[in-house]
Amino acid sequence: MSARNAILKRLRERADGPLVAPECDFAVVTGRGWSPDERLARFERWITSVHGEVVHTTRDDWGDALARVLADKGVRRLALGREHPVAVEARLALANAEVELVDVDRDIEDWQQEQFERVDAGLTSVGGAIAETGSLWLWPTPDEPRLISLVPSIHVAVLDAETIEDTFFDVMERHDWARGMPTNALLISGPSKTADIEQTLAYGVHGPRELVVLVRHVDADTEESL
Amino acid sequence: MTPVKCYPPRPEKVYFFGTCLIDLFYPEAGLDGIRLLEREGIDVLFPQDQTCCGQPAHTSGYHEEARAVAAAQLDLFPEPWPIIVPSGSCGGMMRTHYPKLFAGTALEKKANEISGRIYELTEFLVHVCHLRLEDRGQPEKVAMHTSCSARREMGLAETGPALLAQLGQVELVEQARAAECCGFGGTFAVRHPEISAAMVEDKTLAIEAAGAERFVTSDCGCMMNIGGRFAHQKKTVKGEHIASYLWRRTS
Amino acid sequence: MNAENQAFQPQPVQSYSPREFHRQAHDALGNPQIRGNFRKAMDGLMTKRRDSFEGWDLETLRELGANIRMRALAKLPDLLEQLETNCQANGIRVHWAEDGEEACRIIREICEAHDAKSVIKGKSMVSEEMHLNAHLEAAGIEALESDLGEYLVQLNEQTPSHIIMPAIHLNTDEISEILHEKTGTERTRDVDYMTAAARQQLRERFMAADVGVSGVNFAVAETGTLCLVENEGNGRMTTTVPPVHIAVTGIEKVVEHLRDVPPLYSLLTRSATGQHVTTYFNMINSPRKEGEYDGPKEVHLVLVDSGRSSIYQDNELLDTLRCIRCGACMNHCPVYTRVGGHAYGTTYPGPIGSILSPHMMGLEETRDLPTASSLCGACGEVCPVKIPIPDLLVRLRREAVGEGRGNVPGAGVKRTRKEAAAWKGFQWMATHPGVWRSGTAVVGKLKAMMPAKLGAWTEYRTAPKPAGRTLHALVKQHQADKPSVDTPDKEQR
Repeated sequence: MSARNAILKRLRERADGPLVAPECDFAVVTGRGWSPDERLARFERWITSVHGEVVHTTRDDWGDALARVLADKGVRRLALGREHPVAVEARLALANAEVELVDVDRDIEDWQQEQFERVDAGLTSVGGAIAETGSLWLWPTPDEPRLISLVPSIHVAVLDAETIEDTFFDVMERHDWARGMPTNALLISGPSKTADIEQTLAYGVHGPRELVVLVRHVDADTEESL
Repeated sequence: MTPVKCYPPRPEKVYFFGTCLIDLFYPEAGLDGIRLLEREGIDVLFPQDQTCCGQPAHTSGYHEEARAVAAAQLDLFPEPWPIIVPSGSCGGMMRTHYPKLFAGTALEKKANEISGRIYELTEFLVHVCHLRLEDRGQPEKVAMHTSCSARREMGLAETGPALLAQLGQVELVEQARAAECCGFGGTFAVRHPEISAAMVEDKTLAIEAAGAERFVTSDCGCMMNIGGRFAHQKKTVKGEHIASYLWRRTS
Repeated sequence: MNAENQAFQPQPVQSYSPREFHRQAHDALGNPQIRGNFRKAMDGLMTKRRDSFEGWDLETLRELGANIRMRALAKLPDLLEQLETNCQANGIRVHWAEDGEEACRIIREICEAHDAKSVIKGKSMVSEEMHLNAHLEAAGIEALESDLGEYLVQLNEQTPSHIIMPAIHLNTDEISEILHEKTGTERTRDVDYMTAAARQQLRERFMAADVGVSGVNFAVAETGTLCLVENEGNGRMTTTVPPVHIAVTGIEKVVEHLRDVPPLYSLLTRSATGQHVTTYFNMINSPRKEGEYDGPKEVHLVLVDSGRSSIYQDNELLDTLRCIRCGACMNHCPVYTRVGGHAYGTTYPGPIGSILSPHMMGLEETRDLPTASSLCGACGEVCPVKIPIPDLLVRLRREAVGEGRGNVPGAGVKRTRKEAAAWKGFQWMATHPGVWRSGTAVVGKLKAMMPAKLGAWTEYRTAPKPAGRTLHALVKQHQADKPSVDTPDKEQR
């Protein structure tokens, strides 16, 4: 008998008989009822508490904010997509900046060394964010592949403020993740870190050392009210 | 954690289960517990046929022997009166473990009934007797040691301190890591003596560092352990069962 | 900073055994470094956990966690089949292994099929359990740990001493020394420097690795999703960079629905390290699809039984399988805090280790672990899925002396004629009240003759002295001394 069948048989022919599956009440992980302002405030508090950086900007001006962030951090080479509106707008905004735009729509086998060693930052859109834990959620695509938010030392993420939701449970339910999951779904809640050296926090272990979240507000009024 | 108990009104009579440690080593503590209850106008019945709750055998894995000993206690409390136990450890055994010990046996129903009437002494004094105390003793600093069984099996971290708080001349000091085990654990202390010793050493250091002149506890096992360590180190801090402490200071 | 890293070749690990628990515990107790490191670490973790649950209805959350895990266990065989079906539909190849040996073989064969020379590992306790690294090394395949704590432990030729923080037994100076000696970095207390050095060393290995091996925190049957929890990014690296990814898990880590994950994730991070969330939560559903540019081209899932289906048979022991491997139990254990993880000599130390290892290794090997607890209950109080750990320890003690159900390997190994006779004697005395009363009275009278030395007890404490008169006697006197109100039931016989 195969291992599979032997294992399943043992599990099914249980000595103490069948088990009853208890009911589960998920109320405790949802129903926070926070306002958009509260969500934003919580998101920012949590992600900055673990060295994430938050830059508030608007849908109209965010390109300038991006250029400033990249200049401040000395980013010379930026990996980004081509088709997502965020990538499209970014390319336009950086057309005259001193930043080389690195295309990512090629098999990683063709440029792995380059991505590991000669890309300073990766730019991605995000699906949304979670207020309760200060987390971004991403579903990488061929246009914005998995590694550009992991390999370069800086990850710049573009988040629309109105896509922040209360809890992880809420995100999953509201966007019906169970209907169909992508190759990879991610929560990112800060730059890479460890406490393995005598519980002292150190950042930038294997993932990015820096995470910058450009929070886009619908207009200048919303942004200023912060 | 035990579920919140609904406490009955003060009864006219109670049973008293003294515990084997008290019977052999600290009988005054048992007697003082009885006195405290009688002073509240409660008639205390002490079935002379009581011996031991069976816990030492139970935690050693000697299940059959534990059950036989426990079974011998079940017939001692025929009337529906509360059963007061001056120990979180034995009280915990009888309240939380007796039902499982007798599950599926002919004594299941009786054991469940008995376990439903078990009260630890301080629990009973606080939540049923609503004890009021008048302190006649000298001022002193005292640390409360709540046993792990009282704290976690019976959910009674507050009852000892609540009683001590009523003693006007007593300053209750709290030792560091108060919720950490003292290292007694019944046979644990003899099966793993070095680890147990490390735990009791830390406990005595903490009690001393808190400035306590005395420590008070509701469990004689802990008292034997912590007090025994203090004595071994020739320290002046002494331990007393809370029943004796309260009786002594209020009469 | 030394830019030239010496190529590190993994060495075989130092071994501890659960049979040597007493000696190992003795050594640890006498080692101020271990005592100090663990005390500091555990205190910090306990505080952080408590703080991170502020504002939560913790008991309700734990109840939900327990119910989610119980539901998954109740439906386990069906969920495993559903997991397999959905994984396969997504292109993940599913393998089953009855024991660790078989799982190692499966993984080795996948590696060999790809001519793999080097494997990079994300953290996986199950892979430790099955001694995967040693098995691969023996086949000429290098297995390098990428989690910083695991990496340090591997450099130091040890095994992890905690299931979440493998290097918790090491302090900063010790780590500096290890990195210096094995990889040529400078001696320093600069944590950032050491982290950056490790980052550099391991990035090269991620790029070069032929296969990435990871664990799984939650496997979702509903969608065929493998979830990984981490802070460092090595998990994402391990499961994205190498062309082949092998995920290995115990069969009990399945959950039914995707929505079961958020509550368990909330419980896991807070219980483990007091974090509200980890840096990354990685959900893997398939290998690289047509049109995608990165990710492994092959993803394998290895489901390992290794004693779990045996535990599954018994209604009481079943609760052991709820475990989500958070480590809170050991963080709160006064025994673990004092002896550290290595003293147990098992892959999983502390309270969870003591209730799990007897099933995996047999009670003959692990006979001293179920009793290495004062039953204080601190573990059960913090377990996020409400495993009644103290009750399970007592159950294993029953099994060890042959008074259980006999369904744990090595049952009866601790039964001795001497001890069994002693408890029989105790039983006889305690069920014959007349004998008890006279016997205890005699002991009391002879108190002057009680030995001052009582073995292990009196090495550290004074001996307790029996009282002159027992409580039975005192109460009898007390009743007699009372002004007479004659009620027939005053004294019961």
